[in-house]
Amino acid sequence: MLKIENLQASIDDKSILKGLNLEVKAGEVHAIMGPNGAGKSTLANIIAGKEEYEVTTGTIELNGEDISELAPEERAHNGVFLSFQYPVEIPGVSVTNFIKTAINETRKAKGLEDMPAKDMLKMIREKSELLEIDRKFLSRSLNEGFSGGEKKRNEIFQMAMLNPKLAILDETDSGLDIDALRIVANGVNKLKSKDNAVIVITHYQRLLDYIVPDFVHVLHDGKIVKTGDASLALELEAKGYDWIKQELV
Amino acid sequence: MSKYTEDDLREELKTKEYEYGFYTDIESETFAKGLNEDVVRAISKKKNEPQWMTDWRIEAFRVWEKMEEPEWANVHYEKPKFQDIAYYSAPKEKPKLNSLDEVDPELLDTFKRLGISLDEQKKLANVAVDIVMDSVSVATTFKKTLGEKGIIFMPISEAIQEHPELVKKYLGTVVPTKDNFYAALNSAVFSDGSFCYIPKGVRCPMELSTYFRINEGGTGQFERTLVVADKGSYVSYLEGCTAPSRDENQLHAAVVELIAMDDAEIKYSTVQNWYPGNAEGKGGVYNFVTKRGLCENNAKISWTQVETGSAVTWKYPSCVLKGNNSVGEFYSIAVTNNYQQADTGTKMIHLGKNTRSTIISKGISAGHSQNSYRGLVQVSSRAENARNFSQCDSLLMGNKCGAHTFPYIEVKNKSAQIEHEATTSKIGEDQLFYCNQRGIDTEKAIALIVNGFSKEVLNKLPMEFAVEAQKLLEISLEGSVG
Repeated sequence: MLKIENLQASIDDKSILKGLNLEVKAGEVHAIMGPNGAGKSTLANIIAGKEEYEVTTGTIELNGEDISELAPEERAHNGVFLSFQYPVEIPGVSVTNFIKTAINETRKAKGLEDMPAKDMLKMIREKSELLEIDRKFLSRSLNEGFSGGEKKRNEIFQMAMLNPKLAILDETDSGLDIDALRIVANGVNKLKSKDNAVIVITHYQRLLDYIVPDFVHVLHDGKIVKTGDASLALELEAKGYDWIKQELV
Repeated sequence: MSKYTEDDLREELKTKEYEYGFYTDIESETFAKGLNEDVVRAISKKKNEPQWMTDWRIEAFRVWEKMEEPEWANVHYEKPKFQDIAYYSAPKEKPKLNSLDEVDPELLDTFKRLGISLDEQKKLANVAVDIVMDSVSVATTFKKTLGEKGIIFMPISEAIQEHPELVKKYLGTVVPTKDNFYAALNSAVFSDGSFCYIPKGVRCPMELSTYFRINEGGTGQFERTLVVADKGSYVSYLEGCTAPSRDENQLHAAVVELIAMDDAEIKYSTVQNWYPGNAEGKGGVYNFVTKRGLCENNAKISWTQVETGSAVTWKYPSCVLKGNNSVGEFYSIAVTNNYQQADTGTKMIHLGKNTRSTIISKGISAGHSQNSYRGLVQVSSRAENARNFSQCDSLLMGNKCGAHTFPYIEVKNKSAQIEHEATTSKIGEDQLFYCNQRGIDTEKAIALIVNGFSKEVLNKLPMEFAVEAQKLLEISLEGSVG
């Protein structure tokens, strides 16, 4: 599904990723953990194609195709989805209108007609039920005045609607109370299949109690320095990151 | 990178010609350039007007001659040379129309390119269209249906002939000839426009609509619109315009007067898309318009405008809330791009008791443009319990454009409640990336964000107009993020 080789990237001449390798296969869930400033969000943004970052070396392949030259919307059309850590507000644009536009633009890119309104409504109903989203919520302006939990739930709702091949959840657990965390994790688990893959970026173990990863990677100073199974996350929770840093010395 | 960058977008925008920039070659009869009393008399004579009308024009001309062009607006342009303009132009043959088949095929073709299908509009939108082509109306539909209700909707030149008592009674009562420089000029030389009268207690069954269009090069257009809603009546009036691309600046100085008598309501919606000039700021229409409505007791006037065109705009649709409990509303979206300049807003004059007004203004600036909101809220000493709410929001794209707000508030009665809110925001890279990540390209993302920003105003437009307006916003701002 995703293959990243020797990825080096910088922003404003400051090197952030320093030779990162990562391979994610269909059907897998990968967790990327690490201390603040390790480059976790940078990695997410670079896979999604944010322009501020300059990729100096390395390749990003999605299903065998190099996507590192593609525009963010083209990557999205190819099935990359990023659940943002801080989703932006778009005043006056309803959740429904936004997701409708996103779906139809993606269909247009694939040479398809707009989704019939009836099908769209049906899908919106299904997916909003999955995430226990109130109907009234869907007519509110995108992220405007949303609580932390509502924002994240809305991100996963969009993920459910767009049905991506590769979903990257950037700190989706931050700002969530325990009920919201359960709902969001539940949603992600239901969307998981043998044909798609999920990358979970998080500081804490607690989300991984719900979304159980096949692999856990520790990102430190722009590189993946340790890889293990779900038990590694528990170990990190118990011992912190310092022991890994010391191992590296 | 194979990516479509903002630079590409900007380039595309620059090279994108004005979509409606074509020129219709219909044989026209045009007066020699220049303006003096004889020309005014000639216009009046040409139109076979009664003596009172001629006298009215002459009086206006004499006032205009002594006036100076206003300079207080936040716009900079080369003043029109008033002696270089031809003041009358009309299609030579004025066809008597019983059906569309009788319309000049080239004219029909023009309508088609403008996206105006009379047939379609007749069927789908239930709109009677009175089309002004270079000053003289050449097609009027739905006259019969309206006639049955006693509604008069016709070119003002015809109304002067057929209903002189009405025109004489109301013309110039809301915008007096000496009101301002352009209103005086318009009064002297107006070529045509629309007249609408809704009788007592009648609810006009359809949206009334007029499409204006500037055609002959170097011909100024001076429309005059007069809408009179008698007691307890209701009318929704739509005005929309596009103009062909010209190199010289074209002057457009219209006057619109609305009269809402006791318990009447007038809704006046405008989509304005005059030629804005090219990417370097060359050419484009000067739009100096005076629009004002008078509300009697319990009457209501709503102005809704979507302004995307013109090189220079100077326009303040206003309400004189003379009657007690009367209501004035102003909803506006003004878009400026490239080198466009707009100075637009409203005046709400509270004279009666318990009068209320609402102002919602959305300014969107892109490119090197300057967009100003200028509004006056005035409460007279006798206007007990007057209320106003104003909201002025500006959206900026790039860092070479400007947004300005000039609110004037004059209150002479202590019971007044006045609220004013203003915001300025910018389309952020983060917003665009968020949209991009969801598969929405930058151009579409801008349209989405702008439509969201303008929603409160777009919602006030009649349905069929809202769609057109959304399309216009999209076209006007294509590739404007920098």
